[in-house]
Amino acid sequence: MIDRAWLGRELPPSGMLLERARLQLFACAIGETDPVYLNASAARDAGYRDVLAAPTFLFSVELDSGATDRLLREMDIPLSKLLHGEQSFRYHKPVCAGDRVTVKSTISEIYNRKGGALEFVARTSRVTNQDDELVAELRSLLVVRH
Amino acid sequence: MNPGDKLPILKIPPVDRTMLALFAGASGDHNPIHIDIDFARRAGMPDVFAHGMLGMAWLGRLLTRWVPQSRLRKYEVRFSGITHLGNAIHCSGEVMEMVELDGERCARVAVSASNQYGQNKIIGEAIVALH
Repeated sequence: MIDRAWLGRELPPSGMLLERARLQLFACAIGETDPVYLNASAARDAGYRDVLAAPTFLFSVELDSGATDRLLREMDIPLSKLLHGEQSFRYHKPVCAGDRVTVKSTISEIYNRKGGALEFVARTSRVTNQDDELVAELRSLLVVRH
Repeated sequence: MNPGDKLPILKIPPVDRTMLALFAGASGDHNPIHIDIDFARRAGMPDVFAHGMLGMAWLGRLLTRWVPQSRLRKYEVRFSGITHLGNAIHCSGEVMEMVELDGERCARVAVSASNQYGQNKIIGEAIVALH
């Protein structure tokens, strides 16, 4: 059982400078061929400042910073019992190479299903850029199989 | 854009270990259950399997090759099944209705990812601005 004291808790923020090579690598790994994700001049021609971050890239910020691993460890959730249940993104501004983003997350829900055989944890996040503009909001629903 | 419009299908090659290793590195998700068969077996799985976020990224490609990403307002999915090695994922989508989001005219689009046997792996929806 996950300690319900986690409910409503704010997690330490995670920051990331979005390097062009990293966004290009992510695009390659998902089979993306659209040049706005791969080529800076094509991205500029399309009206973006630089290579565009793919729509799901921001999920990686808290993976890179170690925040997701730390959360799982502190909640005592083993990786072998973890599943990703749901994921949502709300987009406010494009995010491109050269941007520095900050992710601030809160544990927004914890609940059980199937008599406690499954436990759910929702993490909601707000992502801001170097100009302190809200660029995206995320919600991740983690599932623990007991 | 009208309700009932279908998005052009996106077909992904069968999942193999190289794809999972590349995505682990590129996404920062180093959970060994996706890349280390020994760990996966100890966790009770027959083998490694795809990251949910890899499938969500493929469905994202379905959307952004249909409309520019700058028109994507919302994108959400539920992971309904595990995508195993050898699964060839078909990404499909359909315009469901016109909606308004924060005063902007948008379309609500249903998306789904299924393997070659018709088993659904991801179901979701997106809200895209009309202009």
